Amino acid sequence: MADQVQASAQRAIAAQRAERVVDLRKRPRIGESIIQTTLFACGFISIFTTIGIVFVLFEESLAFFADPAVTLVEFFTNTVWQPRIEQFGILPLVNATLMVAFIAMGVALPLGLGTAIYLSEYASERARAILKPVIELLAGIPTVVYGYFALTFVTPILRGVFGQDVVSVYNVMSAGLVVGVLITPIVATLSEDALSAVPGRLRQASFGLGATRWETAIRIVVPAALSGILAASIVAMSRAIGETMVVALAAGASPNLTWNPFEPAETMTGHIARISGGDLSYGSIDYKSIFAIGLVLFFITLGLNIASRQIVRRFREVYD
Amino acid sequence: MTSATYDTKYAIETRNMHIYYGAFRAVKDVSFGIERNKITALIGPSGCGKSTVLRSFNRMNDLIPGARTEGEVLYHGQNLYAPDVDAVQVRREIGMVFQKPNPFPKSIYDNIAYGPRINGWKGSKAEMDELVERALRGAALWDEVKDDLKKSGLALSGGQQQRLCIARALAVEPEMILMDEPCSALDPISTLKIEELMFELRQNYTIVIVTHNMQQAARASDYTAFFLMDKDDRAGQLIEYDTTSNIFQNPKDKRTEEYISGRFG
Ligand SMILES: Nc1ncnc2c1ncn2[C@@H]1O[C@H](COP(=O)(O)OP(=O)(O)OP(=O)(O)O)[C@@H](O)[C@H]1O
Ligand SMILES: [Mg+2]
Repeated sequence: MADQVQASAQRAIAAQRAERVVDLRKRPRIGESIIQTTLFACGFISIFTTIGIVFVLFEESLAFFADPAVTLVEFFTNTVWQPRIEQFGILPLVNATLMVAFIAMGVALPLGLGTAIYLSEYASERARAILKPVIELLAGIPTVVYGYFALTFVTPILRGVFGQDVVSVYNVMSAGLVVGVLITPIVATLSEDALSAVPGRLRQASFGLGATRWETAIRIVVPAALSGILAASIVAMSRAIGETMVVALAAGASPNLTWNPFEPAETMTGHIARISGGDLSYGSIDYKSIFAIGLVLFFITLGLNIASRQIVRRFREVYD
Repeated sequence: MTSATYDTKYAIETRNMHIYYGAFRAVKDVSFGIERNKITALIGPSGCGKSTVLRSFNRMNDLIPGARTEGEVLYHGQNLYAPDVDAVQVRREIGMVFQKPNPFPKSIYDNIAYGPRINGWKGSKAEMDELVERALRGAALWDEVKDDLKKSGLALSGGQQQRLCIARALAVEPEMILMDEPCSALDPISTLKIEELMFELRQNYTIVIVTHNMQQAARASDYTAFFLMDKDDRAGQLIEYDTTSNIFQNPKDKRTEEYISGRFG
């Protein structure tokens, strides 16, 4: 009897369910659309800004190369940059930039990689907790402070060591060394990320074979993290190439094609800063020339960026 | 023949060993000896300290911050935990194979050559080739990889990777090999291959294996040690240690019997 009652109740519920009107039509969701549009706009603004910058660079550079005083070939082959006498060869600027960048990498690679290896392979939890914020702090110091540090601290030391008549007051070496210190935190933190991402079981395997910490770090962990370390180096390198304040203060203000790092020279960024800082008449050839330099800088860093992406993609080890 | 001292009778012997992780005692008062050229299985429920005991044999616990070992672990008459003993040296004598295959992201050849190289190996290229071949043959992997030694170790199957790891351990010519659940990530065929391999290796090496697989312990070991966690302080204890046939056919302790018959754990 009770069973029957229950069964008929269940049938009733089932019938009700079947008859229920189900509305699956799309509903307008105003809030959702607004949010989507806003987020899209945010993304678009950064893209638009980049496009805008590149556009301006191209436009002004075209105007620069349209001037009868310069040709594209001359721009890349002439070894003199003297806007005053209409000599526009970018080589001295590129040369100074690369010299600063290589000296900086000479400092930052060993220092940054050493720091990264210490942090990820040797440091105790406590040492890491103290050191990491300090390194990040180093990255937060305004670059103008680094510039003064180069000029008033490093240069006198260089002059004291190598001689007043060997080392100029403004020189590439001092700027390069300090830019190296400035980009060390980039190498250190990015490399540390790469080293820490290496699975612990590889270290275990190495220790299990009787390897020391150093052997494990150098022969197993660093090679396994190589793609990340290379990418870190490239990011640091483009930062060194783009660095302006230190070189503007410490490297000098004379576009000078030299291999001697103790002589003054001017980098691309340093030159742009100096020229834009001076009173430039809008539309003059000087004014247009800095856009051409900017475009070259843009292509160099773009190239480095693409290279770093390729490296990460190609050499990344895949551990299931 | 049987009148030798403890030091020579056992490949390794623990005396009143306690192992701590920080303030927590994970293993208490373990005293037993591992027979030479035999396969010894460590069994017991999860968390009873099998891996901890195994790692104490080649001081891998040193790598865990806060881990500490008390008592003695004797190897060739020396306490491995004496202050003047170098853990790196210990691991060159006593090799290890891990639960999850962990080949280096290097070629098969370089995976094997790594151990000898860091151990200051000074031979010709031809001698290294020979050593690599010997290790791979020893791990029953040679025939499968001999044409492609340049291939990455990561490109092998799981079972092959594990045999590569065994070959890698063999290449440093240890006296003992410790294996922590070496087959738990492998299919049954690869597992059988590793077990056959263990029987061959037994002629030249002393093997200690941790396993959760009762059939594996029963068929692939000579001695079995059963560990269990003390209910009161959660420290792992050695409950019974005997030949594998005794442990499985007539265990003396009721808890051993309950465990192997699957009644708890
Ligand atoms: N690195 C560690 N730090 C702190 N405690 C640990 C650590 N490793 C293990 N322990 C503890 O020590 C005890 C024994 O662990 P162990 O790994 O030796 O057990 P096990 O018998 O190997 O277990 P399983 O069968 O699950 O592998 C457990 O209580 C565990 O929580
Ligand atoms: Mg374990």
